[in-house]
Amino acid sequence: MTELFNSFMNGPDENGRFGDFGGRFVSETLMPLILELEAQYENAKTDDSFWAEMHDLWTHYVGRPSPLYFAERMTEALGGAKIYLKRDELNHTGAHKINNVLGQIILARRMGKTRIIAETGAGQHGVATATVCAKFGLKCVVYMGAHDVERQAPNVFRMRLLGAEVVPVTSGRGTLKDAMNDALRDWVTNVRDTFYCIGTVAGPHPYPAMVRDFQSIIGKETREQMDAAEGRLPDTVIASIGGGSNAMGLFYPFLDDESVNIIGVEAGGKGVNAKMEHCASLTGGRPGVLHGNRTYLLQDDDGQILEGFSISAGLDYPGIGPEHAWLHDIGRAQYVSITDKEALEAFKFSCEREGIIPALEPSHALAHVMKIAPELPKDHLLVMNMCGRGDKDIFTVARAFGFDMSGPEGRTFE
Amino acid sequence: MTRIDDTFARLKTQNQKAFVAYIMAGDTDYDTSLEVLQGLPDAGVDIIELGVPFTDPMADGSTIQLAGQRALAGGQTLTKTLQIATKFRETNQTTPIVLMGYYNPIYSMGVDTFLTAASEAGIDGLIIVDLPPEEDVELCLPAQEAGLNFIRLATPTSDAARLPKVLQNTSGFVYYVSMTGVTGSAAVQAVDVKPEVDRIKASTDLPVIVGFGVKTPEAARDIAAIADGTVVGSAIVERIGRGDAPADVLSFVKTLADAAHS
Ligand SMILES: Cc1ncc(COP(=O)(O)O)c(C=O)c1O
Repeated sequence: MTELFNSFMNGPDENGRFGDFGGRFVSETLMPLILELEAQYENAKTDDSFWAEMHDLWTHYVGRPSPLYFAERMTEALGGAKIYLKRDELNHTGAHKINNVLGQIILARRMGKTRIIAETGAGQHGVATATVCAKFGLKCVVYMGAHDVERQAPNVFRMRLLGAEVVPVTSGRGTLKDAMNDALRDWVTNVRDTFYCIGTVAGPHPYPAMVRDFQSIIGKETREQMDAAEGRLPDTVIASIGGGSNAMGLFYPFLDDESVNIIGVEAGGKGVNAKMEHCASLTGGRPGVLHGNRTYLLQDDDGQILEGFSISAGLDYPGIGPEHAWLHDIGRAQYVSITDKEALEAFKFSCEREGIIPALEPSHALAHVMKIAPELPKDHLLVMNMCGRGDKDIFTVARAFGFDMSGPEGRTFE
Repeated sequence: MTRIDDTFARLKTQNQKAFVAYIMAGDTDYDTSLEVLQGLPDAGVDIIELGVPFTDPMADGSTIQLAGQRALAGGQTLTKTLQIATKFRETNQTTPIVLMGYYNPIYSMGVDTFLTAASEAGIDGLIIVDLPPEEDVELCLPAQEAGLNFIRLATPTSDAARLPKVLQNTSGFVYYVSMTGVTGSAAVQAVDVKPEVDRIKASTDLPVIVGFGVKTPEAARDIAAIADGTVVGSAIVERIGRGDAPADVLSFVKTLADAAHS
């Protein structure tokens, strides 16, 4: 117990709580399944052969470690803090999502499960899950909001190429949260052979802790790489937040290093205002219970969940992982929001300054870097998680910039 | 003794099984749901499950999902659901009402405020799908203290190791979910469910009611026969949803109730 007071890294408790957040708010049918998952994960966690398999695949299949790259021309342009990018967009399948998927699928195999289900918004988690299922010859079913199926068509085709069944979700309003509802309905129905591979640090215990542990490879590598490059810890770590898995993965290994500033960036959509046209659960929501855990949620006075709004499908979720809710409340991490417009500016900045086409999600983190870096001293070491590449977003961005991709001529920005 | 206990005591002296009907509050609108609700006791319904609409009903199939969306579109809230119950109690003091729904609207109102309001509205019990025994301190224990029954779902995955935990703080009755799945799924066979009901009855003195997948008078009769009663939800909600007049809905409910009582 005494340890709990000295460390921010001991959560969750045995009830899956980070302070008041987290927990196991699921129907009785699922309770035995998540208890079994918890037991199996606890067992795997301390099993060297489990981690040996993970590291082998991280190295040879995913391409880890991902580089920690000094963004010299960004740094120059902003004129302040020294900016490093953690290059998780170079992973196989183009985002951090596969770090976690590998862990869960290896666990599913150990548990003898033969059918994998997943929810996806932007399609990155769906693609990563379909990929690893193809590699291991497992049946894969991905639930995706009908609205997202339309706006992320290339990823839908990718998943189908990889042999997954993509189910367009029309229940509710056909977005990521509805996809998660339908995945849970599938799981309740197919309890014996099915493993639910959740794509972020949300859901009932043990998912938030388990997904965090798998993504923590990002922060662990960053720590070593920064030590090799600069001989010390970074001063600020910063990441974008949908459910919060790439952020938790970067943050977790630094939670107990008081000197390290931790900043999470939520999607501000059209602006965090009364109209709720955003996805900033911490800045614009309040605590509630959804999808198995208590956390900050966008909701109305009656406790009905609201749809978020963001140009980035990957951040378009009305909740946030419970560990972030806790870090927010105790003040260990700071959470801010960035609008669609600011994210698009950052997207362009990254393309033009570093030759890196970022996904719209990390573009949000970069937009905040652009705000704070100029004010920071030149020896301030700032690490941003470049958690995904922008190939999936080029159509959305082209539309936003008024660029016509249909004809042979095209037009350039502005 | 709650109205639920009284009801089972009465049924026992009459040597009858319980018929439980589910409708969604505010579906298709406030007045329609109130009219159907007020007619349920005369149609033979022993216990009423009143659904509280929620945007994200993870344990419900499409029929009840759509009912919730209709209700929400019409402005239904938890407060208005309690108003419907209050109105019902003006003319009926005996038929128990169990609220069935999800935790967030209650959590949002505040557990203490909700329990006071629910008791005043004449609510007798709660079935909150996303509150397993592991989360009993949230609502189950405060509700029992406030004199409301907290009715738990037992499921095919509630094995011998799990069952005692499920039954521990349950009161009123046990709701056995006849299958792994969501509401409105495929029909179940009484012969398949009987061993499970027997297994649960061996571990508790509470009445065991079976629901999920019961859609016809024949099924209601067969399932009620092997348990202490049965629940029909989606089949009733479907008729409300397609616009059947309350009188027609209620005559369908009566055929179900008569079959369950036979
Ligand atoms: C590249 C990228 N970043 C971030 C996210 C958001 O998820 P999380 O907050 O869990 O990292 C997504 C989700 O699709 C994504 O594709």
